[in-house]
Amino acid sequence: MASTAISLRRRDGAFTAIILFLPPALLLFTLFVVVPIVEAAWYSGFNWNGFGTPTRWVGWNNYIAVFNTRAFHLALRNNGLIILVSLLIQLPLALGLALVLAERFRGAVALRMLFFLPYVLAEIATGLIFSFVYDGDYGLLASIYRMFGAEAPHLLASPDTAMLAILIVVVWKYFGFHMMLFIAALQGMDRNLVEAARIDGASRGQVLRYIVIPLLYPTIRLSVFFAIVGSLQLFDLVMPLTRGGPADSSQTMVSFLYTHGVTRMRVGFGSAIGVILFVICATFAFTYKRWVMRDE
Amino acid sequence: MNSASEAGSRADLTTLYKGLFLAAVAAFVLVPLVATALGGFKSLGELRTNPFGLPQVWEWSNYGDILWSARYWQLLGNSMVIAIFSVILTLIVASMAAFVFAHITFFGSRMLMSYITMGLLFPASTAILPLFIKVRDLGLLDTYFGVVLPQVAFSLAMSILLLRRFFKDLPEELLEAALVDGCSYLNFFRYVTLPLSRPILATVGTIAFVHSWNAYLLPLVMLNTDSLYPWPLGIMVYQGEYSAEWHLILAFITLTILPTIILFLFAQKHIVAGLTAGAVKG
Repeated sequence: MASTAISLRRRDGAFTAIILFLPPALLLFTLFVVVPIVEAAWYSGFNWNGFGTPTRWVGWNNYIAVFNTRAFHLALRNNGLIILVSLLIQLPLALGLALVLAERFRGAVALRMLFFLPYVLAEIATGLIFSFVYDGDYGLLASIYRMFGAEAPHLLASPDTAMLAILIVVVWKYFGFHMMLFIAALQGMDRNLVEAARIDGASRGQVLRYIVIPLLYPTIRLSVFFAIVGSLQLFDLVMPLTRGGPADSSQTMVSFLYTHGVTRMRVGFGSAIGVILFVICATFAFTYKRWVMRDE
Repeated sequence: MNSASEAGSRADLTTLYKGLFLAAVAAFVLVPLVATALGGFKSLGELRTNPFGLPQVWEWSNYGDILWSARYWQLLGNSMVIAIFSVILTLIVASMAAFVFAHITFFGSRMLMSYITMGLLFPASTAILPLFIKVRDLGLLDTYFGVVLPQVAFSLAMSILLLRRFFKDLPEELLEAALVDGCSYLNFFRYVTLPLSRPILATVGTIAFVHSWNAYLLPLVMLNTDSLYPWPLGIMVYQGEYSAEWHLILAFITLTILPTIILFLFAQKHIVAGLTAGAVKG
């Protein structure tokens, strides 16, 4: 009897908690995340400048226009390049540093913090710092060139080099984050395995190759995931450096969306870019989680 | 004997290579930062001839003029207001929802949880144009909340996941005992869950703060008035005004990233744990 009363009261209490606690989150999430994404799909069928209601239905034309824009192809290529550099340069660098810095020695913690610092700084500040570094007149790079008596290049002003310059900044900004992921994984690793292998006569290289690296696979998969998702979102860093220029040579998907959609208030065209980006992100996240990270 | 010394010298060599490797990376990270801070103390002419070294004449006025200007403090103030509102709202809204998802199973609760987790799949930038129109139609354009509310909404998925996991790991017996003793869910949340969850609240708060403090795209689209700009927008305007006067721009950059660096030095453990935990556990 008493226990029914308790469970009844408990059920009422649970009901009150649900009614009071869930709506704010659901409302905010629906209003500012879900509805805009659905609306983006709807708006992408119109030619619309954002005022009044959209009436000029153009079907798939905005998508066709996006696929026919040169800047879109450059943005896709550049996002690919960022992923490539993240995987081939940033990831090995982060892993190598983590292997060295996971050990205890004087200064190891300070160096970890130093390498993590760029990740904490704002992309905008980082971009501005490097637009100084690359500046052809006052920059650090220019003065190195002058030291050797050479003409200083304006890296950010040339379509051939602007993206390369951005890629270097991407590594500078994000390698520390991936390094920290690896250090955390290394510190959580069972040292006994490594020591047992060493006692059995395995060399340092063998231990690394057959024990440590395989134990790091889940973290490597995670690091790859963040590198790819992060590269698809890259925008803040591009704006102070090049704004996607010169001649769209350093556009990323989001900077393309901003410069060609938002600043010109081409709502339909910009929404189409947004939907394409959404489909890329969602497809990637789904497949990757399903096929690559299925054990975790 | 011979092989021991050989092994010893090989170990020395490895240490040497490691040291060189670390020094190279440290220089790669440090040189742009230090040159920026020092550049703010130079005159434009000296910057051109001596961008790396210490200034021959320390131009304190570059920094002084910015520090005594209302503009600098207004930018930091705006960023601070937006960040604080974002952190508080994120913590309140996310912890309430996470509490329900952690402790109460009801019809549709799993579905609602997956609904919110969808938010992890895409960045705010994909929906930035409809988001702009929504904020405009709500009359929130050019207000702090036009930035804060979308920011909170997009951080909910990650925050709720982190908080829910932590709430679930608290001993189940606590809740059982409290409910039997007639304590309500609401009181349990207020007097037991929240006080026990300080570490995770600090983590989620740190992530929300850093993201808001550094945010650029949302404020760029939602704010039109200079006097409301957070610092990343303001510094871009400043750079536009003083385009070739790098010494002033460098001083301004240094002063705007200074709060971040100071916070990082004092709260590095929380920040590192927060930003990497957010990534790993999400």
